[in-house]
Amino acid sequence: MPDVVITVENLSKSYLLGHNTGVWASNHTLRDVIGREARNFTRKAIDVFRGRQVVQGDEVEEFWALKNVSFEVKRGEVLGIIGRNGAGKSTLLKILSRITEPTRGRINIRGRVSSLLEVGTGFHPELTGRENIYLNGAILGMTQREIRKKFDEIVAFAEVEQFLDTPVKRYSSGMYVRLAFAVAAHLEPEILVVDEVLSVGDAAFQRKCMGKMSDVTQQGRTILLVSHNMTAVLNICSKGLLLSAGRVGVLGDASDCVRQYMREVTQVKQIPLEFRTDRLGNGSVKFIRAYFANNCLSTINEVRSGDDITIVMELENNTGAPLTRFHVSAPIRDGSDNIICYLSSALQRNDFDYIPYSKTIRIGIRIPKFQVVPGRYALTLFSTVRDELADWIKGALTFEVQPGDYYGTGKLPVVEQGQFLANYSFCDMSGLSNEVASCDRSHLSDETARTA
Amino acid sequence: MQDVIVIEAGRRERNYWLDLWRYRELFRVLAWRDLSVRYKQTVIGLLWALIRPVLSMLVLTIIFGRIARLPSDGTAPYPLMVLAGILPWTFFSTGLSEASNSLINNANLISKVYFPRLIVPTATVVVALVDFLISFSILVLMMAWYQFLPGWQILVLPVFVLLAFFANIGPALWITALNVKYRDFRYVIPFIVQFGLYVSPVGFSSSVVPEQWRLLYSLNPMVGVIDGFRWCILGGQSELYAPALAMSIGVTAFLLWFGVRRFRMMEKSFADLI
Repeated sequence: MPDVVITVENLSKSYLLGHNTGVWASNHTLRDVIGREARNFTRKAIDVFRGRQVVQGDEVEEFWALKNVSFEVKRGEVLGIIGRNGAGKSTLLKILSRITEPTRGRINIRGRVSSLLEVGTGFHPELTGRENIYLNGAILGMTQREIRKKFDEIVAFAEVEQFLDTPVKRYSSGMYVRLAFAVAAHLEPEILVVDEVLSVGDAAFQRKCMGKMSDVTQQGRTILLVSHNMTAVLNICSKGLLLSAGRVGVLGDASDCVRQYMREVTQVKQIPLEFRTDRLGNGSVKFIRAYFANNCLSTINEVRSGDDITIVMELENNTGAPLTRFHVSAPIRDGSDNIICYLSSALQRNDFDYIPYSKTIRIGIRIPKFQVVPGRYALTLFSTVRDELADWIKGALTFEVQPGDYYGTGKLPVVEQGQFLANYSFCDMSGLSNEVASCDRSHLSDETARTA
Repeated sequence: MQDVIVIEAGRRERNYWLDLWRYRELFRVLAWRDLSVRYKQTVIGLLWALIRPVLSMLVLTIIFGRIARLPSDGTAPYPLMVLAGILPWTFFSTGLSEASNSLINNANLISKVYFPRLIVPTATVVVALVDFLISFSILVLMMAWYQFLPGWQILVLPVFVLLAFFANIGPALWITALNVKYRDFRYVIPFIVQFGLYVSPVGFSSSVVPEQWRLLYSLNPMVGVIDGFRWCILGGQSELYAPALAMSIGVTAFLLWFGVRRFRMMEKSFADLI
């Protein structure tokens, strides 16, 4: 009988923000500055006198990090909390773990809560690994007896046996993180609140952590997890909560939340490429346009599974000279933010060794029979010139792949049946004695056919 | 069967003191951490706890005893009397200055984990207390040197150690809470400590203070503490002025209540302000 362990009702939290108005920048005569400082000082003095918080800046604004958030979590549920940066996820976790107090609203929690908002909270660099295990354990709310009991397990999980009596300031960052996570992973609370801690360590360690997380789930514990890793959310969470700008966007199925989240993220990216500012690189070459074209190189608005397509990229050469050792990659990500394929000039051919100078360069990637199931995808564009990052735009082009006739049968696998359309054929092999023979015979028959 | 936690704006934890008890292990661990880190990577380590009071004793004895020629308590040697004042004073000043920065120094804990915040400054004062107990060995050595035998009063000393502890905690809690909100207090503390050394009867006996001012003088809680220490350590040589002691105890109790109250009022917003 699943009962409710966490009830959140109309939770709101506001912060005060200070702004500097333009006075400082525009007319900074001494008189203005003195006047401004005097006003600020008076305001601060009044704040102190009334026991209020001191906020820097000329104007104080109230900012609602969370607004009227309500939800329930049942025992044994794993709730994934997702949302864009600044959506209020961390604030929510902080309130749930009693670190800060809500401005309005109410929460009821049944059971012992442990929160893990950071790995290695309170680690002291001067103390040894052994000492830090005890310290960190105590901070996370474990008793000394519990820690002693699990000590060997923690050490084994972290793989730091050799360095137990070394101060952690001499640890490599990987060892440090492993030790920190190992302690946290051995917490056994009834309710666990976790913030984005899966994104540490190398791939092998991450897999280990994911395994540990699903173990915990199977033991029927309640988990609240904040993550930007959509795959993790889809794998671990039974329910989802999408926060957007401090409000509940979607509450329900984890996959619904992820879908809505991806839509939200991609919507922002519909600005034309030239005007995108969220790019990295030195800008010697810049992507200015990317689109799909068909075999005849005319632009197409719709991409279907099984179509012959060409991804056309227009770049601006800002070096004023021919390009040498030029390289382009275009990973395609699916709706859960996983890279499903990596289109790269480095993999497929030698990089473009030489491209004669012209202001605009056009490069195409031809893909015969697009082997991708219908869904929403995003293309990241990445280029280097002589091994230096020139331009990098995540989610440069988002597109929807429509159902198409890949196999010539009018049929496609349904969503649960994979993401990739393999090129294969079935045949009846019962008449053939064994594989080797068939291989030889076909070889022979080829020979005879040729001689004949 | 299970405890229900209610989180609401402005709600005073009903089981705050119970929580404090539940987190006693964290308290122990934090105090242990501060202690073991305190003298890491120093050459003479614990000796620092001894050197500081000895040096202050020398300076104050020379200034007040030799140059100003102030009288000692009864027949007690002047350095011994000064030392009996310096020990609790050093405890008070280190406790106050370290506790007032303790929350800021542990900002990463405050903003990431819940626990009764009272633990942090209190653990810091406990660390200062350990230093204080260690420095008692100097007193023993000095007494052996002067062949000075304490009377039965020495048995009451633990009571005054406790008084010193509370006199320390009260203001420390208040100031550390204020320090989180207004960092100005970071600059106020060293000043208070420096000033207090001369305002409190550390380098001189409080019998120097004119009779009619004694009661007013005892508004400083450290007056009662230091007088009590001298009375215990120097035996009958230093008389205990009862009204002044009562006054100091009263002020200490008030500051303790006030400090805890202010601290708890501001505690919930620490994570937002720090």
